[in-house]
Amino acid sequence: MALLDIQNLVVEFQTASGPFRAVDGVSLHVDEREVLAIVGESGSGKSVSMLAVMGLLPWTATVTADKMSFNGRDLLKMGPAERRKIVGKDMSMIFQEPMASLNPCFTVGFQIEEVLRFHMGMDKAQRRERAIELLKQVGIPEPAERLSSFPHQMSGGQCQRVMIAIAIACNPKLLIADEPTTALDVTIQKQILDLLVSLQAKYGMGLIMITHNMGVVAETADRVIVQYKGRKMEEADVLSLFESPKSNYTRALLSALPENAVGDRLPTVSDMLFEPAPQGASA
Amino acid sequence: MTKVVEGKNIVRDYHVGGGLFRGARTVHAVKGVSFGVEKGKTLAIVGESGCGKSTLARIITLIDPATSGELFIDGNKVDIARDGLSKEMRRKVQIVFQNPYGSLNPRQKIGDVLGEPLLINTDKPAEERRDLAMKMLKKVGLGPEHYNRYPHMFSGGQRQRIAIARALMLNPSLLVLDEPVSALDLSVQAQVLNLLADLQDEFQLTYVFISHDLSVVRYIADDVMVMYFGEAVEYGPRDEVFSDPKHAYTKTLFAATPRADVTSIKARLAKKKAA
Repeated sequence: MALLDIQNLVVEFQTASGPFRAVDGVSLHVDEREVLAIVGESGSGKSVSMLAVMGLLPWTATVTADKMSFNGRDLLKMGPAERRKIVGKDMSMIFQEPMASLNPCFTVGFQIEEVLRFHMGMDKAQRRERAIELLKQVGIPEPAERLSSFPHQMSGGQCQRVMIAIAIACNPKLLIADEPTTALDVTIQKQILDLLVSLQAKYGMGLIMITHNMGVVAETADRVIVQYKGRKMEEADVLSLFESPKSNYTRALLSALPENAVGDRLPTVSDMLFEPAPQGASA
Repeated sequence: MTKVVEGKNIVRDYHVGGGLFRGARTVHAVKGVSFGVEKGKTLAIVGESGCGKSTLARIITLIDPATSGELFIDGNKVDIARDGLSKEMRRKVQIVFQNPYGSLNPRQKIGDVLGEPLLINTDKPAEERRDLAMKMLKKVGLGPEHYNRYPHMFSGGQRQRIAIARALMLNPSLLVLDEPVSALDLSVQAQVLNLLADLQDEFQLTYVFISHDLSVVRYIADDVMVMYFGEAVEYGPRDEVFSDPKHAYTKTLFAATPRADVTSIKARLAKKKAA
C-alpha cells in the first residue's frame, strides 16, 4: 500500500478577481523507501500541492480531493488537532530558505528539542541527548557546543542541516523537501543532497523532492512527476524520463538545459510547446 | 587585438571597524587577480559565495576602487579613487544585477527606468530619450505597450530583460553580469541567455559573466576564471579549464555539479541497487 496516496487534488485560492486554481486535478502516490521528485517552474503548483498535504495553506485556500490518505489514514476527514499530531512527526517538511525558516530568536538546540517535547514527550536530559545525536547525524561538528548557537551564527548550509535535523527528529515515514538546495552553492548542494539520500536509505523513509533543477532530479529521484500550470504533464521513472520524455513540455525543459545545447542558441519552452509531437508521444 | 578590460594584480581589502568587544580587522576580499577580455568575448568568473567574485565585479564596474593594482578600460588606465568617475567612463561600463526584483525601483515606470541613464549621463532632450527607450524595449523582446507599466506588472524574466535594456541604454562596450540568470526558472533562463547571445552578436559587446552554475558557464563563456578565497586558482580558455582542471577546488566544483545525462543516471541507479 502506498504511504501517501492522493487522487485528483484541487487547490483553489480566493482572490479579488475570483477563484484561482493553483493545483488542478493532480494525483500522486509515494511508497516507503521511495524518492519521488516533483519538477516544475514557479507557479506550477508543486509547492502548493505539498503544503495542502501538510495542511499548511492559509484560510483563503480551498482543498478538495477524491482521496488523500497518509499511512492508511484519511487526511481529509481529520480535524486540525489530530493532524498536528502527524505533521512534524510522521510527515515532516524542509523548506527552501533555511535562514528564513528557523526562528532567529531561539537557539538551534531549543528548536530541535521543541519537536521532541511536543511529539515524543521526552524529558530534558533525553531531549538534549537526542538533539546532540541528531546534529551529529546531519554532520555538524561539535554538536554539543552548537546546541546553544543561534541561526545567524551559522552558515546557510549549516542552517539547512539543522532544518533536516528537526525534520528527521521523530523518525518520520515521509519527508518532503521543498527546494532544499536552491539557496545554496553547488558544493554545499552536493553535500545536502548526499545527506538527504543517505538518511532516506538508512531509515527507509519516503522522500518527496520538490525542485526546478533537472540536475537535482537526475542525482536523487527514483520516480519523477512533471507539473506545469497546476497540471501533471508526465509521470515516469527517472531513467525513462531523461531517455525518452513523453510530453512536449518535458522535452522542452530538457532541451533548455545549457549542457544539452546544440548550436549557439538554446531552444526555449515556448518554441517547443506549440510544435507537433513526434510520433508515438502524447502532449 | 585590443582588450576592452584588463586588470593587473587587483587587490581589494575591506577594513572592518572594531566594536566594543572586537578590534578592527582587515578582510582581504580579492588578493591580486589579473585578467583581460577582448572585444566581443565573454569571461566567466566562477566561485562559491564569499570568494570575492562580486567584489571583483564591483571593481570592474567602477563602483568600488581597488586597494592596489591597475585597471584598464579600452586601454586607458582608470583610478576612480584618485580621479573620480567621468560620465564617459560610466557610459562604457554597465552592470546587470542578480535579483531582478530588487534592482528596479517599484515606483518608477519602465520608460523612466530606461530614460534615467540618458538623463543623468547625457544632455539628450526628452523626446529623443523616449524614442531610444522604445527602440531598446523592442530590442530586448518587449513592446511599446510596456513603456508606461510598473515593475510589479512584470515576471522575473521580463524584469531581467528590462535590467539588461537599462544597462544597454548608454551603448556600453563592457557589460558586467552578476549572476543574471540564477534567480530564473530553467525555461526563462534559456530565453535570457539567448537574448544575451543575440545582443553580443549585434553590438559586439564584451561580457564579464559571474555565476556559480557551471553548465551555464560552459554554454556562454570563452574564458573561465575560477576564484577561491579571493584568488584566481584557475584561469584559461573554456575548453581547457573544463577538460583538464588543474586546481583541487576546480575539481571539487566539477564533481559537485549535478549531471543530468542518461549515463550518469544509469550509473547512480546501478550503484544504489548494489548498496
